[in-house]
Amino acid sequence: MPGEVKVMHRPEADASYVRAITKGLGVTLKHFMRPDKPTQQYPDEKWELAPRMRGTHRMAVHEDGRAKCVGCGLCPTVCPVNCIKLVPAEDENGERYAAVYEIDEFRCIFCGYCQEVCPVEAIHLGVHYENAEYSRERWVYDLERLCELDHPVTALWDPADRASE
Amino acid sequence: MEAISGTAFVVATALKAVVFFLMLLIGVALSTYVERKVAGFIQDRSGPNRVGPLGLLQVVADGLKFILKEEVEPGAAHRKFFLLAPVLSLFPATVLFGVIPLGSPLPTPWGRIDMIVADVPIGFLYVLAIASLGVYGIVMAGWSSNSKYSFLGGLRGSAQMISYEIGLAMSLVPVLMLAGNVEMPVLVAMQQSYSEGPATYGAWFVIPLLLSAFFLLVSGLAETNRVPFDLPEAEGELVGGYHTEYSSMKFGMFFLGEYAHLITTGALISVFFLGGWDIPFWNGDNIRVLADGTVIGDPAWWKTLLTFAAFVAKTSFLVFFFMWIRWTIPRFRYDQLMDLGWKVFLPSLMAYIMIIAVAVYSLDVAGVPLGVGYAAALFGLNLILLLLFLYVLDRGRLVRGATARTRVAVGQAARALEGDEHAG
Repeated sequence: MPGEVKVMHRPEADASYVRAITKGLGVTLKHFMRPDKPTQQYPDEKWELAPRMRGTHRMAVHEDGRAKCVGCGLCPTVCPVNCIKLVPAEDENGERYAAVYEIDEFRCIFCGYCQEVCPVEAIHLGVHYENAEYSRERWVYDLERLCELDHPVTALWDPADRASE
Repeated sequence: MEAISGTAFVVATALKAVVFFLMLLIGVALSTYVERKVAGFIQDRSGPNRVGPLGLLQVVADGLKFILKEEVEPGAAHRKFFLLAPVLSLFPATVLFGVIPLGSPLPTPWGRIDMIVADVPIGFLYVLAIASLGVYGIVMAGWSSNSKYSFLGGLRGSAQMISYEIGLAMSLVPVLMLAGNVEMPVLVAMQQSYSEGPATYGAWFVIPLLLSAFFLLVSGLAETNRVPFDLPEAEGELVGGYHTEYSSMKFGMFFLGEYAHLITTGALISVFFLGGWDIPFWNGDNIRVLADGTVIGDPAWWKTLLTFAAFVAKTSFLVFFFMWIRWTIPRFRYDQLMDLGWKVFLPSLMAYIMIIAVAVYSLDVAGVPLGVGYAAALFGLNLILLLLFLYVLDRGRLVRGATARTRVAVGQAARALEGDEHAG
């Protein structure tokens, strides 16, 4: 037996020149005339972000500007990628606070466990993106910077609200 | 009105040369922008729109980029020809623009100015001669770069352009048979209608020579090396083809050359087949200068402007059409390209020229006066021929895909093997 060569028997109508080209020109003209371009003019127009979108972290602060963090150590424990560095300390009143609190946003996978686990609702994920930097060091957010951020915080899942699932 | 002469003629010609050249360059710059807009719109994008109003300053940004980029010259390149090639690719397109009539004659206090830089008495032959020089830029670029990709691109380019040169020249022969003259302004005049003077057709040549226009359009696409005939460039296979090794403004020259060719080809097609600067259904713009200097018609400055606008509109439409084609059709395979040129266009054009010659002779013998009736008779003939041609071309009998050939080859191989078995 000769070698098994698979030959596609295309009908002649499919292999036409003129009709195919005319049809193609029609298709492109239709798209050319299309008034509604799906393009979004990104820096000018932005997406409406979902309330549960998980982005850049934020640290909640007290009215006097202190971070709400009590340095309990739950968030670095629960963090699956070890991107949170926490050194707790105690002040003269015996209140615990975070002496060092850094989040490496480059390493973070934005799972949101830190926000869920936080007993005092201090650390939050935020509805925010666009955090380009010129150096990798700038991606490590320290406590001061986390406190200064003011974008809306990510809403947690509400089991009562079926629509939010 | 007397034609301009003496010092005024020199000044006017110099001015025309500068102004028309600048217009061509602006047209080239704009067409790079329009090309990207068209591409964007066809692909449901919006195209360049960030730099300046509507993105129009994108052109300036690109120009700056070309000039400021680092210039890389391959060590093994043949320097002299490597430098000459980009110039040669831009040169024919710009020089061709000099013989294209852009509008009706302009009356001035010093005399009549024809809206054409050089009214060469052999205008048409000049067009063919210069157009065939376009291949040198590509061949030189491909060969002098000393790079395999460039070389392949150059080879493909030379083969393709020389093949389609024939289609280009032969598709214009019927125009000459109808016009009976090679001067470009006369070609335009023959497509207009006049109440006095020599008889003309009063119809754009696309009507009596429909099939010819089709051939010229396709050959023009091949001559400008644009999709579906962009094999010399073939960025998918040959990196960038003949201009692979070029950078900075030297590449920019090729880029400008391509668009200058595009505009010139559009302008030439509109002169040959779309009546040049003629405004359809209006006889007020029909101004003709006869060989002895008598002017038929009534020149005015606003008529010059209007006819120029008509010319720009026709050329722009053709340029848009070329762009439209580019963003619709994929590239030909190389053998298909050659088949189309040599096995389809050449014999069809030969037959077509014969048919048109016979038809013109018969119409003359039958005593049909030159005019719309004459054009209509030829149009009927052309329509039949065009439909016949498209029918044959469409059935894939002349240019067919790989399928049919594979089928034949496989059949032959199978028969050969069977024969061996019987023999053994």
